Amino acid sequence: MAVGKEIRTKINSVKNTQKITRAMEMVAASKLRKTQDRMNAAKPYAESIRRVIGHLCQAGPDFHSPYLETREVGRVGYLVVTTDRGLCGSLNVNLFRALLNDISRWNDRGVEVDLCILGAKGLAYFRRLKINIVSAATHLGDVPKVADLVGPIATMTNAYKEGTIDRLFLAYNDFINTMTQRPTISTLVPVEPVDAEELQDHWDYIYEPDAEELLDNVLERYLEAQVYRGAVENVACEMASKMVAMKAATDNAGKFIDQLQLAYNKARQAAITQEISEIVGGAAAV
Amino acid sequence: MATIQVDIVSAEGAIFSGEAEMVFAPGALGEIGIAPRHAPLLTHLKPGEVRVQPPEGEERFFFVTGGVLEVQPRLVTVLADSAARAEDLDEAAALAARERAREALEGGGGEIDLEQAQRELVEAEARYRAAEKLRGKR
Repeated sequence: MAVGKEIRTKINSVKNTQKITRAMEMVAASKLRKTQDRMNAAKPYAESIRRVIGHLCQAGPDFHSPYLETREVGRVGYLVVTTDRGLCGSLNVNLFRALLNDISRWNDRGVEVDLCILGAKGLAYFRRLKINIVSAATHLGDVPKVADLVGPIATMTNAYKEGTIDRLFLAYNDFINTMTQRPTISTLVPVEPVDAEELQDHWDYIYEPDAEELLDNVLERYLEAQVYRGAVENVACEMASKMVAMKAATDNAGKFIDQLQLAYNKARQAAITQEISEIVGGAAAV
Repeated sequence: MATIQVDIVSAEGAIFSGEAEMVFAPGALGEIGIAPRHAPLLTHLKPGEVRVQPPEGEERFFFVTGGVLEVQPRLVTVLADSAARAEDLDEAAALAARERAREALEGGGGEIDLEQAQRELVEAEARYRAAEKLRGKR
């Protein structure tokens, strides 16, 4: 029967799309679980290193590390963590909006902004705007490696040490749960000193070679750990967001198919009715 | 015999956790051997081997490219670097990152924006199909 051929083709095409979105949803769900494991795996390191910084700060409150002092702000830097791929809902756009708000606030006060961008989406977005992009890294993959982050981080920390920028922020999406991801902008440098009260047990360490030298060393690692955490969390957000977006797409495709099916059935029924009435009409005429 | 808890962690995850009778690590000022109830110590590590001697079983070796060693009376924490780092290496990586940004800003260049290309392809295909359909109807 020739009736509704177009509708049938369309139903098939939507079904194919639905298969793809459903597969993407499941892939994202399994990747999300793995990424959450990685988030947890990174925790002990971050906690230990924060404790060590606390001890070091206490050992000599008069240490001068460039990372600890607050300077007059003339220029600020942002490390922006974005995704490499799209199809993840409004995740990136929300982050960009929050970031642009922040940047325009700085600009109003006459403060210039430098960006360091991780992720292809951020690079594609910000290169259209007139904001100075200092460095970038893309295609970090679903398993970000600290080794890949060291370079971009170094461009910003060096700029800070040289005094080009006076403050460094990290912009990323904070993973709250599968349904909620919050765009977050947190201060990386200057590092907030750890409160002494946070240290449960405190004893005098032997420092080799000396505490001041150790401090800089440890602080740099701390910054890297922070950025790494941001990158991993952003991947978790990407997967969660993608999962939700693809689920919505699959549901929509289902609804669409139902509508098309209804239209198809109606068309077929109309054709049959017409045929019958033609036959009946023909028989009556004989 | 007394033992001491050893945790070797890197930013990307825990590497080792367990009891040991003795731990050796490449400290900044030379190799350090740590027995249980060692005095609290903080030092950074040179690239080298961390050796852990468990109460039973074989000695374990871990290669670290650097990091920080923290000793508490009952706990040794090795904060291992997950990346090989050296001043010049960092510098090179920083340079590469800068280069990438510049290339992307200049546009075109080596890397084509895959997604952009895909979008254009889909659009072109749709146009083509529409054109075919129009021709068929005529």
